[in-house]
Amino acid sequence: MNTSAAELLRIEGVTKAYPGVVANSDVSFTIREGEVHALLGENGAGKSTLVKMIYGLVKPDSGAMRLRGVAYAPAEPRAARAAGVAMVFQHFSLFEALNVAENVALGMENPPPMRELAARIRAVSEEYGLPLDPARQVGDLSAGERQRVEIIRCLLQSPKLLIMDEPTSVLTPQEVEILFQTLRQLKAEGTSILYISHKLEEIRALCDEATVLRRGKVVATCTPRDRTAREMAEMMVGATLTPPERRATQKGAVALGVSDLSVASPIPFGTSLKGVSFTVAKGEVLGIAGVAGNGQDELLLALSGELTSAPDKVRIDSRPVGDLGPVERRRAGLVAAPEERLGHAAAPNMSLTENALLSGAVRQGLVRRGFIDWAATERFATSIIRAFDVRTPGPQVAARALSGGNLQKFVVGRELLQEPSVIVINQPTWGVDAAAAAAIRQAILDRAAAGAAVVVISQDLDELLEIADSFAALNAGQLTRPRPVEGLTIDEIGLMMGGAHGMEVAHHAG
Amino acid sequence: MLKLEKRPSPSVFWSRATPVLAVALTMVAGSAMFALLGKNPVEAIRTIFWDPLFGEFAWYLRGQLLVKAGPLILIAVGLSLGFRAGIWNIGAEGQYIMGAIIGAAVGLAVFPTENRLIFPLMVVAGAFGGWAWAMIPALLKTRFNTNEILVSLMLVYVAQTILAMASTGFLRNPEGAGFPGSRNFSSYPAAANPELIAGSGLHWGGVAALATVVAAYVLLQRHLFGFQVKLSGQAPRAARFAGVKPERLVLACMGIAGALAGVAGLFEVTGPAGQISIDFNVGYGFTAIIVAFLGRLNPVGILFAGLLMALTYIGGEMASTNLGLPSAAIQAFQGMLLFFLLACDILTNYRIVPAAKEAR
Repeated sequence: MNTSAAELLRIEGVTKAYPGVVANSDVSFTIREGEVHALLGENGAGKSTLVKMIYGLVKPDSGAMRLRGVAYAPAEPRAARAAGVAMVFQHFSLFEALNVAENVALGMENPPPMRELAARIRAVSEEYGLPLDPARQVGDLSAGERQRVEIIRCLLQSPKLLIMDEPTSVLTPQEVEILFQTLRQLKAEGTSILYISHKLEEIRALCDEATVLRRGKVVATCTPRDRTAREMAEMMVGATLTPPERRATQKGAVALGVSDLSVASPIPFGTSLKGVSFTVAKGEVLGIAGVAGNGQDELLLALSGELTSAPDKVRIDSRPVGDLGPVERRRAGLVAAPEERLGHAAAPNMSLTENALLSGAVRQGLVRRGFIDWAATERFATSIIRAFDVRTPGPQVAARALSGGNLQKFVVGRELLQEPSVIVINQPTWGVDAAAAAAIRQAILDRAAAGAAVVVISQDLDELLEIADSFAALNAGQLTRPRPVEGLTIDEIGLMMGGAHGMEVAHHAG
Repeated sequence: MLKLEKRPSPSVFWSRATPVLAVALTMVAGSAMFALLGKNPVEAIRTIFWDPLFGEFAWYLRGQLLVKAGPLILIAVGLSLGFRAGIWNIGAEGQYIMGAIIGAAVGLAVFPTENRLIFPLMVVAGAFGGWAWAMIPALLKTRFNTNEILVSLMLVYVAQTILAMASTGFLRNPEGAGFPGSRNFSSYPAAANPELIAGSGLHWGGVAALATVVAAYVLLQRHLFGFQVKLSGQAPRAARFAGVKPERLVLACMGIAGALAGVAGLFEVTGPAGQISIDFNVGYGFTAIIVAFLGRLNPVGILFAGLLMALTYIGGEMASTNLGLPSAAIQAFQGMLLFFLLACDILTNYRIVPAAKEAR
């Protein structure tokens, strides 16, 4: 770390308010030349708004920014790029039907002829240890390779500041290591990196300085190497964290059995499941890891009953249910919570009461002879709100009015409160603050302790290691054989997730 | 500058107030149009909205109101279910025609038998005719994923051709001296659908329309099917998660809309129209689409919207005969009504706020 290096970007008292919420309040910090600077904070702490202002997507209400001492107020991303600021978004903006070079060209102001561009892509990708074939169609690339397209698109502009928003959420541990080598090489060449993440061990491994945001304000700055992950987590949350409590549970009989399940994906460019087999016993939590887009959504659909298969491919308490729909599977004891809260798990414009009916109708007996018992439904909604501490004026509120974390608590609570014998959850704590995430994990463990078989699909390895008894990984629609969590190393987990997906070729030069 | 900002929850007040606001705006814009056409706008508006209810000929025109509103409401309520679920049945006109033909055919087949069961049997046959015609686009959609908008619309023109064939061929009055058109049901009591209260314009179709409004209201508020319809329209993936089978929903919504349109056709042919003729259909099936949206796809709203639409029809006719307004102007006026309604609709989910903050 070279504290003597010149300032690259200085942010001074930046404030941005949206109706009803102050996203950033008087935020100030400095990024030096060749520094990897971490921006830490929980969901909703204001990280995204801040980087959007740096990248010219949002204009601050007040405050100023200076780039190399010159006033910097980008009116649009094009101006930011011209000033030497580039950004890799968490959600890629790529066209799956086009090839790599075409996608890169679409993001450039004056793209060179395709042949020349392909050569430049090849050169930059070799130089930074990110091999990528410019002629491949993006739809065929893995998530890690797609991220490379975005990174190379940025590197072609030779940026002075590279902003990376949660770059490792789509990578296996091995791929993370390759990315870090690239970032270190960039740093050595003098490029500054603004690195947004909530994965603290990564930040300790990579970053020189960290700015911690909480509720839109800078609450701390620190040197990550000198702090423990736990200390930084508590700076982020502003409270002491208690890890969830696990009770030793007796494994019971098999409650959910899946054998050789193959289903075609209903999603364009989705991943079909290929011969997935596993069993989950009563009281067991099976964690399924995997990089996004490796069949997680499809697995949830195939288990919830939204996708059907041959009867004996899926069994609940030894009963074949593969050909049954969601209603019949709920009756058999299975509940599911999809990843996408608004639009899949819940209807955005409907009230919480109506959303409670959505999946609770069968097991809670809310419908008699086709007629809905609204009074009982409202009682059920109210009990979810109370049991899971959902912050809302009442059950009459539309689902879309809830914050992401609150809606997640409602959606997960709705399933867990139905006394299910099998629970399937995809991304239980995605976009949820630490306190709510801890509550959700505890509730899942409590249901398992009460005898439910639980399948948790998640991209958060720490979460899986915390709550799962056994562990498997989805890779290109195939599931590895589940193994007990105890004794698993991060390296082994990474290999189960597909290792570096054949992207190892890298970094001989660096 | 002003900008639209999404409300956290839909506004109950504005969902009630937008139809009223839309009618008011239509009157203003319509007046401007009538003034540009060189007519006295106040007189035109009065002729359209006031005279049919309280004017010189109100004793006759009030009856016409129910005659015209009945089929509109009946068809619109059926369509509204599908529209809520995102199923776009545009072919109610064809289903209306086919209901009338099949229903009338049953009655004419047993002419001149007198039996109290004949009329109910014709109603069932009418419902069947409309249902069967709606099943064509429904099955094509569920089996082959065809577009129900196109198929149902095209089938209107097929139905019109069948109507022409019926009135000049297989249903033609054998004692009609070769003129096109079937026997007149007014001279066949067992199959006729007369006015129930003299001068009121109310026939069995009006009764059926009221009953349908009540039934649809209960269905949407209390029944699981109604919930599934709403859910499918708002969040199709959530509906699948809830266990709604999209194919079944398409068949059910198209079937209900078709059956109600068919019944409306049957009541019309046995009542006000009196017989199957080449120009039997006058566009109720298309106008009902406007009525459904004007009523905000809500059964009670549709009841009022149907009455309002009937009023503009009757008043519009008066205006074109009495004031010499071109009929195109009347249609434009009705179009404005739908336009303003859809435009005002945005206030339910959005509010207008000054955009001062963004204007830095």
